[in-house]
Amino acid sequence: MNQHLDLKNFVAPPDVEIHQKSAARDASDVKMSARDLNVFYADKQALFDVALDIRSRQVTSLIGPSGCGKSTFIRCLNRMNDVIDICRVEGAITLDGADIYDPAIDPVQLRALVGMVFQKPNPFPKSIYENVAYGPRLHGLAKDREELDEIVTTSLEKAGLFDEVKDRLDEPGTGLSGGQQQRLCIARAIAVSPEVILMDEPCSALDPIATARIEELIDEIRENFAIVIVTHSMQQAARVSQRTAFFHLGTLVEVGDTAEIFTNPRDQRTQDYITGRFG
Amino acid sequence: MTDPAAFSPAPALGGSSRTALRIGAGLARRRAAEKRFRAYGLTAIVLALSFLVLLLGTIFSNGYTAFSQTHLRLDIEFAQDAIDPEGKGDANALADGDYQALAKAALRKAFPEVKNRRAKRRLYKLVSGDAAYELQRMVLADPSLVGQTRTVWLTASDDIDMLRKGNVAVGLPESQRRIKDDELAWVAALDKQGAIERRFDTRFFTGGDSRDPEIAGVWGAVVGSFFTLAVTLILAFPLGVMAAVYLEEFAPSNRWTNLVEVNINNLAAVPSIVFGLLGLAVFLNFLHLPRSAPIVGGIVLALMTMPTVIIAARASLQAVPPSIREAALGIGASRLQTVTDHVLPLAMPGVLTGTIIGMARALGESAPLLMIGMVAFIVDIPKSPFDPATVLPVQVYLWADSPERAFLERTSAAIIVLLAFLIVMNLSAIILRKKLEKRW
Repeated sequence: MNQHLDLKNFVAPPDVEIHQKSAARDASDVKMSARDLNVFYADKQALFDVALDIRSRQVTSLIGPSGCGKSTFIRCLNRMNDVIDICRVEGAITLDGADIYDPAIDPVQLRALVGMVFQKPNPFPKSIYENVAYGPRLHGLAKDREELDEIVTTSLEKAGLFDEVKDRLDEPGTGLSGGQQQRLCIARAIAVSPEVILMDEPCSALDPIATARIEELIDEIRENFAIVIVTHSMQQAARVSQRTAFFHLGTLVEVGDTAEIFTNPRDQRTQDYITGRFG
Repeated sequence: MTDPAAFSPAPALGGSSRTALRIGAGLARRRAAEKRFRAYGLTAIVLALSFLVLLLGTIFSNGYTAFSQTHLRLDIEFAQDAIDPEGKGDANALADGDYQALAKAALRKAFPEVKNRRAKRRLYKLVSGDAAYELQRMVLADPSLVGQTRTVWLTASDDIDMLRKGNVAVGLPESQRRIKDDELAWVAALDKQGAIERRFDTRFFTGGDSRDPEIAGVWGAVVGSFFTLAVTLILAFPLGVMAAVYLEEFAPSNRWTNLVEVNINNLAAVPSIVFGLLGLAVFLNFLHLPRSAPIVGGIVLALMTMPTVIIAARASLQAVPPSIREAALGIGASRLQTVTDHVLPLAMPGVLTGTIIGMARALGESAPLLMIGMVAFIVDIPKSPFDPATVLPVQVYLWADSPERAFLERTSAAIIVLLAFLIVMNLSAIILRKKLEKRW
């Protein structure tokens, strides 16, 4: 993957203008926010005093070299780090102003509101229908079979997969192609109507065509969710996101509008990274 | 070293460069080593297979004769004065009749020339001691037989059975044989009349144990094994799987869980007789559970099997990709839901394989059962796991220990039944596993 972006000749994609307009929303649009976030794996500190806001109806991309803490950060947002015994989280993360690390908060409830799509497509080894229906059934979102069918259909439609699979909803989800599997995972995440969707390098295991399809999809669904995407591809960050945060060695170096970050980075490290000097 | 081609038949690639020559020189050695290794492997497999064939061949050639039993045809007169001298005619009176006398009378009638008391006693021993009960059952089933004469096939004694199956050395002098010359003559006479034949022995499969080999059956041990294994499965499978799930999916990894892990692995290696002693001390002497009962045998075998199940279940839980757990957790499944909905179903085939191995071992186990009294001589077929019973391997051991020649074939036949039981058990587990795998 060519990560060498020529800053001088950087041409913003035509829709960046629009993005910037939508990016210029007021602070009331902040969906999730992290303050003074420090994360430790046993004795090793992975994140240092990270403060970052995630806004509604926007795609926020997290970029940075491997091991810089992007994935750790995104996994803090839905408390997926809880399952790691040695992981310790300090600081505050709020969702609509409520502390998600409050002991009274059940991670199950949180994860229904903050969905996640993983790096490797990981559909359940069940039918396509069951994959999407699992979440709604788990949370009792559908009163009857009809309503469940409705949720499955609309989720698959939103994920742009319905036309491809409508005749074979009973077939195993693992039989789909990689790109289709990843869209199935997105449909599965959408099915529980979350407010935030976290995507941890959702395209890194996909070919360019499937990647383009997923990127289109992200752009289509962002009106309804706050989306956070971790990516190694700076082109992808530039294409899909309105805001970009650059992580380096566990610290948040710089955050701002995507066009701003890529054309006019304030920090030297950001500039070095996006011009391909390291990473 | 001047001509590498002499060491290696391989065509020399790369011409005569130094590297090519060196590789060429070593090639023959490498190839020979590989050939040797294959030969060793093949030899090992051939050896193992031939021993297996030898073992199974011996068992089958010794045991198949036990599936048939010699019977004698006699004209039995169901005399009123022997069966029911007072003429009451009710079941109790009929059951009390002297049926032994009927068989004896029929034998005397068949061979009227036998007068000597000793010879007569030998004559009576042509039929099994069970013949009287066979006649009693006939009369109880049909009381109208009393007063009539019928042609009846009665079970022959084990000595006659062995004679007919060619297991008696008739060439020896008479004094060294169990079967005397006059007995041989009687059997020959009966044979001439067509009054002696071998029939398929259903009683071997339906009867309980007996001191008389000709009527000893394996069914009591089969039922005992079934009850014992059922108890083992009911205890070891859910407990083992739950322990594995807890250790693998929920338990924090600290010093205590490490200790538990190490000890589970150690338990899997504990000699089975130790579990028997534990069962004796705890279940019989302390908890006063019934002696010789499948319930206790099952508990002891469950203790023995559980480590195997836990280890296998943990291995297959570990093999479930973590992405599945993340996927389920990511849409808000609780940890328990993640395990029951996704992880455990995926691990089930592996868990079942481990359970089959453990159960197969439990089926063949006899040592711990000896300690808790399942080695007793039990004629009745157990009706519940609380009745005294024995199990197939112990039955094999008991019969192998018996002096009568006829028990030798019963021993082999019981082994055949044990192997069949094992095959049926494993087959059903494999089918179950295939079904579970197909669901995905």
